[in-house]
Amino acid sequence: MNFRRLAIQLTLTWLTLFVLLPHALVLLTSVLTPDPGQLASYPMTLQAYGRLWDPIYAQAFWQSLWLSACTTLVCLLVGYPFAWSLARTPRVTRALLLFLMMVPFWTNSLIRTYAIKLILGNKGLINTLLQGLGLTDAPIDLLYTPFAVVFGLVYILLPFMVLPLVSAFEKLDPRLLEAARDLGAGPWARFTLVVLPLTLPGVIAGSLIVFLPAMGMFYVADLLGGAKNLLLGNIIKNQFLVVRDWPFGSALSLTLVLLMGLLLWLYARANRHINRRGGLDDSAA
Amino acid sequence: MTRLLKWGLVGGVFLYLYLPIAILVVNSFNSSKYGHVWKGFSLKWYTKLWANEALMQAFSNSLLIATLAASAATLIGTLMAIALYRYAFRGKGLAGGLLFVVMMSPDIVLAITFLVIFIALGIELGFWSLLISHITFCLPFVVVTVYAQLKGFDRYLLEAAQDLGAGEWQGFRHIILPLVRPAVISGWLLSFTLSLDDVIISTFVTGPGFEILPIRVYSMVKVGVSPEVNVLATLLLGLSLALVGIAALIRRTDRPR
Repeated sequence: MNFRRLAIQLTLTWLTLFVLLPHALVLLTSVLTPDPGQLASYPMTLQAYGRLWDPIYAQAFWQSLWLSACTTLVCLLVGYPFAWSLARTPRVTRALLLFLMMVPFWTNSLIRTYAIKLILGNKGLINTLLQGLGLTDAPIDLLYTPFAVVFGLVYILLPFMVLPLVSAFEKLDPRLLEAARDLGAGPWARFTLVVLPLTLPGVIAGSLIVFLPAMGMFYVADLLGGAKNLLLGNIIKNQFLVVRDWPFGSALSLTLVLLMGLLLWLYARANRHINRRGGLDDSAA
Repeated sequence: MTRLLKWGLVGGVFLYLYLPIAILVVNSFNSSKYGHVWKGFSLKWYTKLWANEALMQAFSNSLLIATLAASAATLIGTLMAIALYRYAFRGKGLAGGLLFVVMMSPDIVLAITFLVIFIALGIELGFWSLLISHITFCLPFVVVTVYAQLKGFDRYLLEAAQDLGAGEWQGFRHIILPLVRPAVISGWLLSFTLSLDDVIISTFVTGPGFEILPIRVYSMVKVGVSPEVNVLATLLLGLSLALVGIAALIRRTDRPR
């Protein structure tokens, strides 16, 4: 077979069959009627979307949004200066440090989440340490709280925030900072007027790949948050694998897709804004 | 002072990232069943794991899926990157867009799209559904890595080869492949890592006939995770480090040419 045809056909077939078609089917499922026997059947209805406004789910949605926002913020507050430090180390050191950041992935993230349970538990590392130091008499309830969930989500997602930030800082030309200094800009002005605007695409990209996945990480909420359905992911999983209301599960998942579209649009706008302003992107360099 | 602050921050983050792993590794040698106290060095969990057939099966299934998925994703992804880089064809923009969607979508969204398509196509949930979905979610990362490398090399090399009578296959075999080899290796390692780490997508597309590690561990969480899991985590870590060592060696021997 002709190489060219093989490469093109494979690309189109695989992506159509396992990406395009599945997404179209989820969209279709979301407007069907739930059917315990066949999972979903005709007639078409918008019932699933109506249920999104049910106070129980609306509340869960907000709670999930809130936990994800906290996670993103913590990842950003830790990841931003961390990425900045990394980007300023020599290339070989940086490569090694970035590699060390990926190593934990090889023990499956579920197993790592379980290890966090051992840290936060009543007899866990933190409580043992606090009691050993005489700071508290009784163990503090850390596990099965929203705090524990955010702790776990940050743990799993921090590397995903750091990677785009490091590449944003790598693109930052140090001469711009020198120029700003020569022109009399103090540290704060250099940060807010030069560093932050130029690394903004990295900030948005990082936030995007932390915020949305965080809402879906049902196993973190399961292990660290107790039996409550804290995250959107828990509800989606229940609808698909336990209650078997596929149309409602699909509708829930599509709200995530919609949110993703919105954030991507913001990202594209921020990128365009920065490129127009200074012509500092790599295509102009 | 700022230097101290900088390394303090870097050190702190790595402490945070490695503390849970350290606990797993230490506990794998702990003779106590409960991870809170150290009761002396022991290898008994290693021998117990060996005897735990269900867990060993899930472990080897995980490695099998990760290896096959990474290899297939690397092969298909490399071809996709070449197609997107070299050829103009109908649906090219769509293909790029779909890869982008896979890369950006939260796992839970991908998970249900996979579940729905497997049910619709009548593909039984188990080995094949896991393999296909793992290949698919790894693909964009391979494509991006290989594509970036292709962009960096000299187009005229290929034209020269064609002028000298090389066909598409020969151009691929003798020009493109050697040039993108580092990207192909990184793509494979990244895919292997992502596949091994996955929980969410596997939870949705797994079937009763073929269980992989996260699913097995998930079912243990409710009743209490046995210490053999610590051993597994330690072994996974050691195995992956060995793999990366080998990859680094391959690259080093690649360089002087």
